Amino acid sequence: MLYTEKVMDHFTNPRNVGKIEDADGVGEVGNAKCGDIMRMYLKIEEGIIQDVKFNTFGCGSAIATSSMATEMIKGKTVEEAMTLSNKAVVEALDGLPVQKIHCSVLAEEAVKAAVKNYYDRKGIAYDPSLFSECADCDHGCCH
Amino acid sequence: MRIYADNAATTQMSQTAINAMLPYMDKIYGNPSSLHSHGQEAAEALGQAREVVAGHLGCTAREIYFTSGGSEADNQAILSGAMMGAAKGKKHIISSKFEHHAVLHTLENLEKQGFEITLLDVYEKGLVKPEDVAAALRQDTALVTIMFANNEIGTIQPIAEIGSICREKGVLFHTDAVQAAGHLPIDVKGMNIDMLSLSAHKFHGPKGAGVLYARKGIPLTNIIHGGAQERGKRAGTENIPAIMGMAAALEEACGSMGPQTAYVTSLRDQLIAGLSKIPHSVVNGDMENRLPGNVNMCFEGIEGESLLLLLDMKGIAASSGSACTSGSLDPSHVLLAIGRSHEVAHGSLRLSLCEHNTKEEVDSMIQTVPQVVDYLRSISPVWDDLQKGKADYVIH
Ligand SMILES: Cc1ncc(COP(=O)(O)O)c(C=O)c1O
Repeated sequence: MLYTEKVMDHFTNPRNVGKIEDADGVGEVGNAKCGDIMRMYLKIEEGIIQDVKFNTFGCGSAIATSSMATEMIKGKTVEEAMTLSNKAVVEALDGLPVQKIHCSVLAEEAVKAAVKNYYDRKGIAYDPSLFSECADCDHGCCH
Repeated sequence: MRIYADNAATTQMSQTAINAMLPYMDKIYGNPSSLHSHGQEAAEALGQAREVVAGHLGCTAREIYFTSGGSEADNQAILSGAMMGAAKGKKHIISSKFEHHAVLHTLENLEKQGFEITLLDVYEKGLVKPEDVAAALRQDTALVTIMFANNEIGTIQPIAEIGSICREKGVLFHTDAVQAAGHLPIDVKGMNIDMLSLSAHKFHGPKGAGVLYARKGIPLTNIIHGGAQERGKRAGTENIPAIMGMAAALEEACGSMGPQTAYVTSLRDQLIAGLSKIPHSVVNGDMENRLPGNVNMCFEGIEGESLLLLLDMKGIAASSGSACTSGSLDPSHVLLAIGRSHEVAHGSLRLSLCEHNTKEEVDSMIQTVPQVVDYLRSISPVWDDLQKGKADYVIH
């Protein structure tokens, strides 16, 4: 099997799939040209992520990492969500094939993009270096 | 119900092929190069297999070289054509954009060694134009290599026309017939084919066995050096069981080709008609010149690997040309060659049928595939944007 049981579980029964119409922050990363796009919706009250939903276009691991990332940040503070690393997502899934690691990076970036959007909407000041843009984009694919 | 719809990747061995192999494992196990009777019995069997294969290609047994499969045959044919040309100062090779990697990567390697490669367009339908071959021919063209039928989209190339153009100009012509052998009539003499590759596991024979046909008088270049097997052109003790299985499988496939083509084509057309009802879907490749078992479609807004995995969970074995299944960032070079955008090419599905598939299986796929496509669209941000008019559909 290409994927671990955990990955298959999150791929076939993704948690928090869907949209939040009145989201406080929405982030989208990836590129359809490269075969994966993640969109993350956050509902935030008093600095706590009350609800999170995602939509993903992509392979099995893109869907599984999105699902796992949403589980890992739900109920957490925004600051805690910002510390979510792709490595933690991979570990929580009991590993990913090497060529799929970029999907986990995408999941981390999707969370950050949604938080950034939340900060922007609310006018909350932040350190822009926390949201470093991808430097060497080759036809739009970052990873 | 488990449905195997990936026959272009490989096929189930037929009982005929298995039965043909068995005696050569424990009863007739001699080395065909040995002088004793054990060896000579094996040599005789090998000779018979060579006759059978030659008979189905329309050549003589002396023009058949057994190899480890399609990839090796492609490599050796192209290398041989290149070396023959280079000896006369000809270092230009013509091929097409959508060849199998066994051809394309061999050509890339030759390019690094100073050969010039022209890759012809295959246009929207996935067909090479014979006039393009004629126009690309040069004084220094050493070889033309165009596949008989494409492995992803199943399009059948105008091989006889290309063959006659090459013969007229005295340029060597090789064809990768791995997807065609056992499925389409082949006549190397009538089609003016100088070299041809085939592989046993695509027509219910064993894996790891193939054939390179090379017309009498074409000096092959060795890839494997050693003993004098295969007229000195391919060293190594022959894989007799596999060769016997291959010959039996080819005989069986060619013997029943007519009715099987009719049956498999009808399944294919039902499947295509059923899946074409999925909104924003498109068939890849020409419908007229198409392998009997090939169905290849793109569904907008979804990605192929997730589609394959979900289909597999529902018991359907298929294939896709998405980047995630190709192991690179780019989707299938075949789909890009016929002009599909990256976005659309990621959402491709190949279902390849054979005579073991049934009408019930086709009906079941017509039920299941749309469900899975619908589900993946329901969680896809790309589809969401298309539905809301924030992006334009590419497939109408
Ligand atoms: C068109 C084509 N050429 C070459 C090959 C390689 O054949 P083999 O797997 O026997 O090396 C294949 C099969 O994968 C093929 O479809």
